Amino acid sequence: MSQNYRLENIGLINRKKKISFKFNKKKYYGYEGDTIASALIANGVHLVGRSFKYHRPRGFFGAGVDEPYAIVQLYRNNETDPNVRATEQELFEGLEAKSVNCWPNVNFDIGAINNFLRMFFPAGFYYKTFMWPRSFWYKIYEPIIRKAAGFGKASIKHDKERYEHKYEYCDILVTGSGPSGLASAYAAAKNGAKVILAEEKPRFGGSLLTSDVNIGNQSGHEWADKIISELKTMPNVIVKNRSQVFGYYDHNMLVMSERVSDHLPKTEKYIPKQRLWYIRAKEVVISSGSIERPLVFGNNDTPGVMLSSAAKEYMKIYGVLVGKKPLIFTNNDSGYETAIEFKKNGIDSIILDSRKNPKSDIITEVQNLNIQIKYSHVVVAAKGYKKVSSADIAEISEDKKNLGKIENISCDCICVSGFWTPTIHLASQSGSKTSFKKEIDAFVPSNSKQNETTVGSANGIFSLNETINNAFENGHSLSKKITNKDNKVSIPTVVEKKTSSHDKFWCVPLPKGKNYKRFLDFQNDVAVSDIELALREGFRSIEHVKRYTTLGMATDQGKTSNLNGLQLVSEVENKVVPQVGHTTFRPPYTPVSIGAIVGREIGKHSKPTRKSPIHDWHEKNNAVFVDAGVWLRPRYYKQGNESLFEASKREAKNVRQNVGLCDVTTLGKIDVKGPDSAEFLNRVYTNAWLKLPIGKARYGVMLREDGIVMDDGTTTRISENHYHMTTTTAQAANVLSHLEYYLQIVWPELNVNVVSSTEQWAGAAIAGPKSRNLLEKLFPDKNVSNEGLPFMGYTEGNFFGCNARIFRISFSGELAYEINVESNNGYFMWEKIMEVGKEFNIQPYGTEALSTLRIEMGHVAGSELDGRTIPFDNSLEGLVSKKKDFIGKRSLEKSAYTAPNRQKLVGVVPLDKKTSIPEGSYLVKDANAKLPNPKLGHVSASCWSVEYDNPFSLAILKDGKNMIGKKLFALSPLRNKKIPVEIVSSHYVDPDGKRVRS
Amino acid sequence: MLYIKCPHCGLRSQNEFAYGGDATIKRPNLNQEISNTEWDNFVYLRKSPRGRHLEFWHHISGCRQWIKVDRDTATHEIFNTYKANEEV
Repeated sequence: MSQNYRLENIGLINRKKKISFKFNKKKYYGYEGDTIASALIANGVHLVGRSFKYHRPRGFFGAGVDEPYAIVQLYRNNETDPNVRATEQELFEGLEAKSVNCWPNVNFDIGAINNFLRMFFPAGFYYKTFMWPRSFWYKIYEPIIRKAAGFGKASIKHDKERYEHKYEYCDILVTGSGPSGLASAYAAAKNGAKVILAEEKPRFGGSLLTSDVNIGNQSGHEWADKIISELKTMPNVIVKNRSQVFGYYDHNMLVMSERVSDHLPKTEKYIPKQRLWYIRAKEVVISSGSIERPLVFGNNDTPGVMLSSAAKEYMKIYGVLVGKKPLIFTNNDSGYETAIEFKKNGIDSIILDSRKNPKSDIITEVQNLNIQIKYSHVVVAAKGYKKVSSADIAEISEDKKNLGKIENISCDCICVSGFWTPTIHLASQSGSKTSFKKEIDAFVPSNSKQNETTVGSANGIFSLNETINNAFENGHSLSKKITNKDNKVSIPTVVEKKTSSHDKFWCVPLPKGKNYKRFLDFQNDVAVSDIELALREGFRSIEHVKRYTTLGMATDQGKTSNLNGLQLVSEVENKVVPQVGHTTFRPPYTPVSIGAIVGREIGKHSKPTRKSPIHDWHEKNNAVFVDAGVWLRPRYYKQGNESLFEASKREAKNVRQNVGLCDVTTLGKIDVKGPDSAEFLNRVYTNAWLKLPIGKARYGVMLREDGIVMDDGTTTRISENHYHMTTTTAQAANVLSHLEYYLQIVWPELNVNVVSSTEQWAGAAIAGPKSRNLLEKLFPDKNVSNEGLPFMGYTEGNFFGCNARIFRISFSGELAYEINVESNNGYFMWEKIMEVGKEFNIQPYGTEALSTLRIEMGHVAGSELDGRTIPFDNSLEGLVSKKKDFIGKRSLEKSAYTAPNRQKLVGVVPLDKKTSIPEGSYLVKDANAKLPNPKLGHVSASCWSVEYDNPFSLAILKDGKNMIGKKLFALSPLRNKKIPVEIVSSHYVDPDGKRVRS
Repeated sequence: MLYIKCPHCGLRSQNEFAYGGDATIKRPNLNQEISNTEWDNFVYLRKSPRGRHLEFWHHISGCRQWIKVDRDTATHEIFNTYKANEEV
């Protein structure tokens, strides 16, 4: 299709590069530098979608982020993005886009029947209608509404694109590269400040690209180009296009999304699609500009009705005519600029000005160009369904209440200008108050809450001369505060046309007998009548009116609709706009993709993965890994076709019979040093620590202040003032913070230092009856006999040339040792132990066998120390000192904790000795009792006892100490199991602990 | 995201810190005779003011020092920060 609406000698697009793309499966051509919108308009396409509620035809309304209509489903690189603004998305070769919210297609849309039923769809329709009958909601109403509602469809595939996060610090962040942004950034950068200049569009310059002004004896556009190229060469400046600063957060933290590759057919390897910048700025200059306001009249949502500034932008930037018979409807001078631009391109327009007798340079120029102007005239209604074909116009009385005789004039587009609304979103997000500026009928930022300054039209300053002067001054003074420098740049002279003031008129009254829809919010289909209805129904607060009617709640967040909504509410309520106030501006200013927010922290990068130095050996030997906190630990080592169950049984059995080797590097290790270490440990642990001799280890339990067990582990006295503490893998970080809290805040007088040494040591546990034989071979020079190295003993040795620490401690309940060497010797140690251990039938064992071994020994671990149990519950009351005070001791006196039937750790065996009891099962007296069946306890850990070859579980059971020998039921409603069980001692194997001492 | 001035390291982003709760609470001395109510108040009762609040933060991904932050919980304004052992 030919580009019938493309102009020849105007625009910033690259005509040398033709680009083909598809819209609704049809092929079109555009140029490099086009947006989907400009290329479609060039091809005469104005129907791009259907509206949200009534499914009315939708065209283009703006030319940028404010676009309420033209949102499309984008297809790129085998992926799809929903709700992409066609006015922002740049063309690339092979781009495909489709209309949204229409079925079967945009030209014939079944949902459009809503438009004819619209008397049934007033504000709050859904709230009122689907209240009754109540049972219909989930099954009937909601699914239908969900299907009918919404715009684009999110992809359900995994997003393969790369998104990145970046942190940046600067002196001054400037948000927008229009005249005020350029001037501030330039002045600040020249004064030595570190500046970031962010522009949401691909091209820098903002309004200077389209306005007819002169700065420093060159056109505004040339001046902008010159400033930008100079800024780009400065080492203290970062200049970013396609970058939207969308959120202003606490302490001058702003977040910006940079569309790095969205304008390319596909993302290059290692280049992100989008990049999220977290910018901490000392000062922020908000130069976000302003957005033209619509005028409200009948059927003002018809495709072809658009902002006059957008029409001008399509001509000047893209060389595209939005129509060949334009009607311009304005209440200020901006519409005249668009008329002049049309005229320059050979198109005659008709201007309707609601003002009676305005006078200004621009108007004189338009008159001299012989462009037809009708003063005191308004558009009553647009005519045409899928595209404007004519307009009903009429003269309007001075009080704007009465319309004269209606006349129909032919046109193919209506360009509207209802004056300008400053973009105050960022300033308002920062917490600044806003004030209503009467001269411009809009809110501007007032008292700054954070270090931010709003300049230019974002601050309601519409004179370029004033803007440039003010922005240069601000850029200079703000940078001076930071850099203490005083390098001033000369301010260029500005030549601009003088304008006359705008008309406060914004909404055309309905002619007699006509019931046209006059839309305020174009994306959510909110019309004047909806707001009026809401007010009649008693909604008063603007926040309530917003939520009831959905005004300003669509993806465009009411960028074009908010102020007109406020004007209407204030008119109906007979208030002034500042009394009505505005709704809260919340980030993000424009939609941000979830991918950008998440960044690189997805999948396996969502948390760090920690691996022991022996990891590669495990991998080579068929280890199946399990997540243990952020660590990867071998769960079992698979031999042949073994299942988890078979492998763990084999490994556990080998520990009981021969000797096993387990990687215990992941255990938390904390070095405790200082003369008061013993006193500190004595306060941290429940048991006594003052008399632990050098070369001895002790098991300890630590509580929180509320008496709940926090962690357990062994601590070894390495030398006079040096202790080596171990924690569970999961609690290591919390325990360190806990110790630091008490040392720094509660008992700063204690001379103790703690530091994590988890990663400094690789640990290997050798467990089993033959472990001493093995140890003798590993340390031939040492006396490791039962006398030389008794249970809970500690010694240091030479492990084939490496320094080693040898602890005689046991988690498996067998005779066992733990050898620590410096981390980088871990792999060597492991291989060596495996090699030397061959003659004793050594086998590595994983966490599954480790669990089996500790469960049948009745040793508690994380599943019992679950943040809900006290020492008594875990049968650890023997470790609670009665003599000394320690953290959490006073809480143990609580009556619930000392109740005679307090819960306690027990063992559980199924009566049939066959059925495994699922972890988490409930213990009850009567399996068939009426629900809720009183719960006596729960199964915390289960294993297959290798000692007795039957299932065995640990449980925390009410009155556990008096329940041994009782018969109960273990219920697992999840797995639909009712298992008759007997309660036994938690020490199922070697209850006297002979093996560890042998 | 807050910008917190660690008294040891200087201004650092909030994501280097862990929140540590009310800094006006004093742990009773060891071996002190204390009523149930007093103990319970210490363990469980915390003020949650809307406004100025002295709180502990732990510079957990930094110098690992516990610090005191005088912060407005409504506006997030930080008035001052102190070392753990500084009296406020």
